[in-house]
This record gives sequence, C-alpha cells and structure tokens, in this order.
Amino acid sequence: MQRYISRRLIQMIIALFLMSVIVFLLGRLTGDPVSMLLSQYSTEEDRVRITEQLGLNKPVLEQYGIFLFNALKGDLGKSVAGDNRPALALILERFPASLKLALVALIISTLIGIPLGVLSAVRRGSFLDALARLIALLGQSLPAFWLGIVLMYFFSVKLRLLPTSGYGGVRHFILPAATMGLFTVAAVTRLSRSSMLEVLDSEYIKLARIKGVSEAIVIWKHALRNSLIPVITFMGSFFATMITGAVVIETVFSWPGIGRLAYESILNRDFPVMQAVILFMTSLYILANLIVDILYAWVDPRIRYTNE
Amino acid sequence: MLFNKFIIVIAVLIWFILIVTALLAPFLTPFDPKVGSLGDRLKPPCWQNGGSSAHILGTDLLGRDVLSRLIYGARISLLVCMLAIVVAGCIGSLLGIISGYLGGWVDIIIMRVVDLALSLPVILLALLFGVLFGPSFSNIILIISLVLWSQYARMARGETLKIKGRDYVDLARTAGCSDASIMWRHILPNVAGSLIILATLQVGTVIIIESSLSFLGVGIPPPTPSWGSMIAEGRSYIVSAWWLCMIPGLAILFTVLSVNVLGDSLTELLNPALRREYVS
Repeated sequence: MQRYISRRLIQMIIALFLMSVIVFLLGRLTGDPVSMLLSQYSTEEDRVRITEQLGLNKPVLEQYGIFLFNALKGDLGKSVAGDNRPALALILERFPASLKLALVALIISTLIGIPLGVLSAVRRGSFLDALARLIALLGQSLPAFWLGIVLMYFFSVKLRLLPTSGYGGVRHFILPAATMGLFTVAAVTRLSRSSMLEVLDSEYIKLARIKGVSEAIVIWKHALRNSLIPVITFMGSFFATMITGAVVIETVFSWPGIGRLAYESILNRDFPVMQAVILFMTSLYILANLIVDILYAWVDPRIRYTNE
Repeated sequence: MLFNKFIIVIAVLIWFILIVTALLAPFLTPFDPKVGSLGDRLKPPCWQNGGSSAHILGTDLLGRDVLSRLIYGARISLLVCMLAIVVAGCIGSLLGIISGYLGGWVDIIIMRVVDLALSLPVILLALLFGVLFGPSFSNIILIISLVLWSQYARMARGETLKIKGRDYVDLARTAGCSDASIMWRHILPNVAGSLIILATLQVGTVIIIESSLSFLGVGIPPPTPSWGSMIAEGRSYIVSAWWLCMIPGLAILFTVLSVNVLGDSLTELLNPALRREYVS
C-alpha cells in the first residue's frame, strides 16, 4: 500500500512540476507582456524600467526559478488588469463560490443519481429504468451553456421566479445548481447503474441467491455496498472536474467563481492571475485524482497490485 | 422494444439529413450566411407575427438568415469534429500501439505523458490554448485534438497488449517481419475496431466542446457561423428574439443526442464477443 501511495505521490509531483512549466512557458510564448502594459505614450525608458521591474530581462530559466520559488512561498504575482491585487488573494476570494456550487451539485447528484441508477439496474426494463437512461442520455447530449440559458429564459425572464445571475441567497443557487446538477446526476446515474449491473452479475451474488438469502437482502445489503465503491470514488474526481469545468456555467450565470476568473484573466491577458488560476485549478484537479486513486486502492486491494 | 428501434431509426435519419445538408450547403442556403442586410434585422421565424417565408427561421442581429447560418454551422461543426477526431485518433493510436508493442522505456515515457495529459482539465486547457493561439479553424482542430489524443493512446495500448502475445504475432516475428510491419499489418487492424467505437462515442463530446469554445469566444471566429457562437450572439437578445438562442441550441441537442443514441447501440452491438480478428 505504501509503495502505491509513494508511487502516485511522485507521479503527482512530476505532473504538477510539468504543469507549472507548461503554464509558465505558454504565458510567455504569446505576446509580449510588456507591450500590453504600456500605452502609446510610453517612452523607451518606461519600457526598460517595466521590463526590469517585472524581471523579464533575465534569462528564461532564471525567471522560471523565481516563479517557482515565489509560488512555493505563496506569492503568485499580482494582477496587472485593474487593481494590482495579489493573484492568490483573488483566487481565494472566488474559490468559495465555486466550491459551494460544486458541493450543491454533488449533493443533488448523490441524492438523485445513486438511487436512480441503482433502481434502474435492479428493475430493468421498467419505467424507472427508461427514465434513468433518458436522463443519462440528456446529460451527455445537452450543451451546458445552452441549458443554462434556456433555464434562465424560462424561470427568470418568463416566469420571473428566480434571479438571472449573481451570488447571494438560496434563490441564486437554484438555476446554476440545477444546470450543473443535470450533468452530474446523468454521470452518477450512468455509473451507478452499470456498476450495479456488473455486481448483480457476479459470482458471490449468485451464491447468495443459491444459499437462499432473500432477494431484498441480496440487493440492498450485498450488492449495493459493492456497487457503490467505484461510484463514490468516481465522485471524488468528478468533484474536481466540476470545479474546473464550471467555466461555462459560471460565465452564463455570472457566478463569481474561479472558473470565470480563469476565463476573464485569459481574455484580459492578465498574465499573473492567469498563471496562478490555472496552476491552482490543475493542482486541485491532480490532487483530487490522487486522493481518489489512493482511496480506491485502499478499498479495493486488487487495484494496488495490477497497476504496475 | 419497438420504441428503441424507432428511436434508432430517427437518429440515423437525423444524421443522414445532417450530413447531406452539410455537404450540399452552398446549394441549399438561400442567403449568404456571413453577410446580412441590416434592414432585415431580428425578424422572427415564419410562424410568428412579423415573420416571412423568405426567412423561415428568422434573421439575427445583423440581418443574416438563421437557417443559412444553421446549415453552414452544421457543416463547420461536423468538419471540425471529424478532423479533430481523425487527427487525435491517428496520433493517439499510433503512440498507443508503439507504446504497447515495443514496451520498455518507450512505453514508460509515452505512458507518463499520457497520464499527464489525462490528468489535466479539458475545458480549461482548451480555453487556454484557444486564447493564446488565437481562434481560427485550424487552431480549433489542433486544440481539440490536443485534449483528445490521450484517450486513444491509452485504449490503443491496452488493446495492443492484449494482442501482443497472440500466435500470429509470434509467427510473423519468427518469419522475420520488422516491428513496424507487424504493427501495421497485424496489430493495427485488430485494434482499429475498438478505436473506431471510441471515436464514434466521442463525436458528441467533441461537438459540445467545439460549441462551448465558440460560445466563449475562442472557437471558430466570426463571421463564420458556428452553433456555439450563434448562441453567444443571441444571448443579449434572448428576451426579444428568443429564436437566436433556441434554434442553434436545439440543433446541437438533436445532433449530439442522435450520435449518442447511435453510439450506444453500436457498443451494444459490437460486444467483444462478436469481434472478429484479422489473421492475415
């Protein structure tokens, strides 16, 4: 077990390291950051001064070293678009909003998705099964941004029941969470259904039935627990996907989260913030996947040994 | 169930219509999708008040015919999608087969890269590359391929590993075939089946990625129509001109829905038990 953990940890560190290099290089590959800061009235002196100030005249390797060193200290640069606030502060300010949205969507998907998927597997061919498969199909086929716009149109504009955007009370959560919720419910339903089907087909379930165990106990005690393992571990990594992939939903609903921060900073060429947000989000993503993998290996010993 | 077959037939029909209209776009569009007449802005579809049969689905903010843009958008989306999948599939499969067959340090290096690529969030990376390299037709294809190739590599490697130990591979090697020719003539045809299934399952995802990127402004640049950017443009007018958002969105929905239905039926049909191997 420990060997597995240390192996995955090393992989994670390498991935993070490579990611930081990619982010760093990409930022510098396109467009000269100094030109974007200067106006048409700036002189050559200004250009030299700013270049020195930002440390852009040093060799690239040294710049990267400084970047990495500062990052590990917690200093991820300052925003160059607007008010010069430290990038990390901006991220930490907006992160709770994304987190809350993802949590709400996660709870919804657990409460609706798991029962739906399990029941769909247990009662194949029933109306519930058809409904679950329909929801899973829709969740895969709907573009997130369009669904958000449609919901916004019907509930905010036509029916005037809910606010169109912004962040505040419970009412503000409903539409974005519903949009995100559909996709998460679809994924969880699909997974719990296929997982349950696989478990119901396995040897030990057949044995339990032969033994004479009542069908109810077979399903709800034995099959359910085993089928939930991959589902729960999947939701861990899916959680990270929700946070990082929420860019589109956050943009549609003007949700003040880090997805929208990433989008805005990329569009504004706000260099330091863009680097910081991407680094933050990918680190989160990689970390979440690592935790999920370790959890999965802990619960299912087969994974540790086959994953050479 | 009869209902299921009915749905599959509809899905095939939708895709058939889609492909035909995409191919014949220049002959089918009554108006120029890129240029509009400002005098005809924001006309509603023909079944509403104020609509005319000249513009069946209405016009957008610049007076461009929505139907024409829809048809051209189909063409562009399908083209981008197919090309991206082909590029990603070829590169990914190649790397996967090489990695699986040769093993050793080649395998380790390629798989590390694949693991890294798979551990990165998709939309974020696509967004980043999209903004940095600028929106253009070829860039979009490259970007989507970049986030897609690793899945093919992983699957190709897995399938290659399964086939590596088969008798005909050993025989070919004994007969003196080079590694390259073994990979090309023996491994590839047998691996291709599951890769093609993967490709068909990905079409829907790619269409949604492309339209999301276009929606965010880093996809296909205006004035070329793309369903995603049509929705983005129509967003400001949703209260007065609902059709600008609804119609392209429905187009995306039905397209992706059909391909997913077809993909699901395909996977059910082509169970591994039914796959035949080519022992040439």
